Amino acid sequence: MADLRNNFVGIKSPNPFWLASAPPTDKAYNVERAFKAGWGGVVWKTLGEEGPPVVNVNGPRYGAIWGADRRLLGLNNIELITDRDLYTNLREMKQVKMNWPDRALIASIMVPCEENAWKSILPLVEETGADGIELNFGCPHGMSERGMGAAVGQVPEYIEMVVRWCKQYTRMPVITKLTPNIADIRKPARAAKAGGTDAVSLINTINSITSVNLDTFSPEPSINGKGSHGGYCGPAVKPIALNMVAEIARDPETYGLPISGIGGITTWRDAAEFMVLGSGNVQVCTAAMTYGFKIVQEMITGLSDWMDAKGHRDLDDICGRAVPNVSDWQYLNLNYIAKAKIDQDSCIKCGRCHIACEDTSHQAITQFVDGVRHFEVMEDECVGCNLCVNVCPVQDCITMVALEPGTLDERTGKVVDPNYANWTTHPNNPMARQAAE
Amino acid sequence: MGTTETGILSGRLSPVEYEKNFSDLHPPLDGHEALVAADRCYFCYDAPCMTACPTSIDIPLFIRQISTGNPIGSANTIFDQNILGGMCARVCPTETLCEQACVRNEAEHRPVEIGRLQRYATDIAMRENRQFYQRAEPTGKSIAVIGAGPAGLACAHRLAVKGHDVVIYDAREKAGGLNEYGIATYKAVDDFAQAEVDYVLAIGGIEIRNRMMLGRDFSLSDMLAKHDAVFLGLGLAGVNALRAEGETAEGVEDAVDFIAALRQSATKADIAIGRRVVVLGGGMTAVDAAVQAKLLGAEEVTICYRRGKEHMNASEFEQDLAAAKGVTIRHWLQPKRIIARDGKVAGIELDYTTIADGRLTTTGETGVITADHVLKAIGQTFEADGLGIIALQSGRIVVDGEGRTSLDRVWAGGDCVLGGEDLTVSAVAMGRDAAESINHVLAAASQPAVAVA
Repeated sequence: MADLRNNFVGIKSPNPFWLASAPPTDKAYNVERAFKAGWGGVVWKTLGEEGPPVVNVNGPRYGAIWGADRRLLGLNNIELITDRDLYTNLREMKQVKMNWPDRALIASIMVPCEENAWKSILPLVEETGADGIELNFGCPHGMSERGMGAAVGQVPEYIEMVVRWCKQYTRMPVITKLTPNIADIRKPARAAKAGGTDAVSLINTINSITSVNLDTFSPEPSINGKGSHGGYCGPAVKPIALNMVAEIARDPETYGLPISGIGGITTWRDAAEFMVLGSGNVQVCTAAMTYGFKIVQEMITGLSDWMDAKGHRDLDDICGRAVPNVSDWQYLNLNYIAKAKIDQDSCIKCGRCHIACEDTSHQAITQFVDGVRHFEVMEDECVGCNLCVNVCPVQDCITMVALEPGTLDERTGKVVDPNYANWTTHPNNPMARQAAE
Repeated sequence: MGTTETGILSGRLSPVEYEKNFSDLHPPLDGHEALVAADRCYFCYDAPCMTACPTSIDIPLFIRQISTGNPIGSANTIFDQNILGGMCARVCPTETLCEQACVRNEAEHRPVEIGRLQRYATDIAMRENRQFYQRAEPTGKSIAVIGAGPAGLACAHRLAVKGHDVVIYDAREKAGGLNEYGIATYKAVDDFAQAEVDYVLAIGGIEIRNRMMLGRDFSLSDMLAKHDAVFLGLGLAGVNALRAEGETAEGVEDAVDFIAALRQSATKADIAIGRRVVVLGGGMTAVDAAVQAKLLGAEEVTICYRRGKEHMNASEFEQDLAAAKGVTIRHWLQPKRIIARDGKVAGIELDYTTIADGRLTTTGETGVITADHVLKAIGQTFEADGLGIIALQSGRIVVDGEGRTSLDRVWAGGDCVLGGEDLTVSAVAMGRDAAESINHVLAAASQPAVAVA
């Protein structure tokens, strides 16, 4: 049995699956249910300043997009931080931590960008026995209009400043949660590191309008005919999040900075992908909001069974394993040549590979052979683009097969070169020519 | 009275049972079910389902339109190719046409429910009486369509779209042909055939004259004298005789008459059925008659077919339906003699058959099945009264690829032509294509003889 115990910047949890700071972690009732279901940790829904709590809209807070069979692919929300009294939250956090000492309990915090505001809330949080804090520099809606959340996360100098205050006023580990609504995710990560953060977590949600009602012309979710951009999350954002995690993991300036990976994690596979790209653990929200807390059981068993099958003993064996394989485009091997291959036994003859290639790509897949509907790759036209693989409805029916060095590429008429060669030295690259001259 | 009283009797069941038995065989999909079903379509390129459809409906497109919340656009796509798409959605043997060709069968052995999706879209459009076609400028041409069945209606509609005036002559009380008189009741409930006729006629320019029978009330040459062109969309008015002793006994009935009477009955309680029914034949008509006999309260219903299961014209689905409704299908039995008592059917004696040297022959063994009601579904014939010198082959009208007969200005399609498939959808295709051909010929004839230089 693989060892799934997680130690993230000194915070221990029985597994690497935490619930992200979000509606599912707003109160003791939900968090207790989550721990009963098996979640390793919880980041409590973001606390605000002492005083009258924020208010939420009283209409729809969520919008969504769906795939086939109305499978939820993307969710957005305009809910703000907790709208419950600070002390109610703190009291409940303390009790839950006492009830579940083996689980991680993190306090997410968002207060104004003033030293005193942070200085005064941190001891209150510390008193609950929480294992750490997460700085909410990510929420893109509502609070950002008041100079908090993503408004801080978009200014690296503010990030560094606030992280520094937090490291100064608390002994708790500090996790800085980053917003993806920024051009280069490495800049806020570097700033957080410069401020002394123990870790970063990402991504928070993405500015989004999920849809527009074509009868009323109101964006969804609609509040009395008007809509406001919300924070986008769920399976649809996973590729964006994976890239941002990898960017930080391989940036020389932040290399080794612990990352809590967030963004559309729905299955154990998603979680494993985040971890091999450099996340020390993962946080989940939308999947739980879609299917309930039980999904963690699939995640735990799936990750464990995969690790057993591959001989990985613990999480350290897998964390960051894919990071060295994330490369700039310019270093990709241009002598690697692959061709699509269609397994005729599993082909159902839908013709989608043909029309995708014919209409939009390289005219490399037949429609008829000897007058019979038959889909086959023409190797002398195939550039190996992988589009047919992606549009084929049958898994593994079309695969990409690498040409062995020494064999002939029928498209170019050249023999496959066994040597690695990339763009930096390619004769068509003017920069490479200049370097040679 | 129930199911166990001997004799051909009506009212065997309670009103509730009749209603339940003759309700929709495949209930319509609701909006959610339609979306789930539509999601399974892969939007194939050069889709095999479309190729398999005799009317070449763009199935991937109409299903995609359903999945994007546009059932009206979907219905338009369907009607563009098949104005009787509503009935075809109900009666097509989809399991041997579009749904057999669906690529989902390859991977999952379960096709997209194309027929039910087609019904979903067409039902919405017809319920809202959405008309998608307007008549072109009047051409001044008049075309006679003989027969108001699927072929005739499809032909008339397409001709009306082109701006021609159409008069449909039909022998029966109501238009619709087999859609009205020949379809099993549970396949087209709520008087759908008449609703569809009304929907088709709404385009305008089509007049229907009922109780006008070719050969009795008029001849083909009368029509050619009055109209610019004639389309023959005749049904098969004749039925094959059993040619067995006792055929005239009381209780021996043609299955097509039985089915027609059922369709015209509002409650079904007035339709008499025997306690033990034997249906002779192996086609769709045999199955339709047998299943409905059972649904009317017959205690035992047996289909006797003179060849094997693999030779039956009834589709696998239809055979399974019959079995599920409690009908027994027996093969390799050929009627030898109707056994009558007091002039009424009491049983049927059958020869066992086999194939020897490629020919069907009797084995010499016989058997008797007790029966008080025998329904004959052993094939229908085309009766060519009043057609004059039109070329026939194997008793059917010979046509070319466009539906042209051997006679000038005369086209034909549907069950009356050679090579027809005895399917509603094929009849629609032939009627539609003949209309295009007629329009083409009439338009060419209207062109000035000499172009202005």
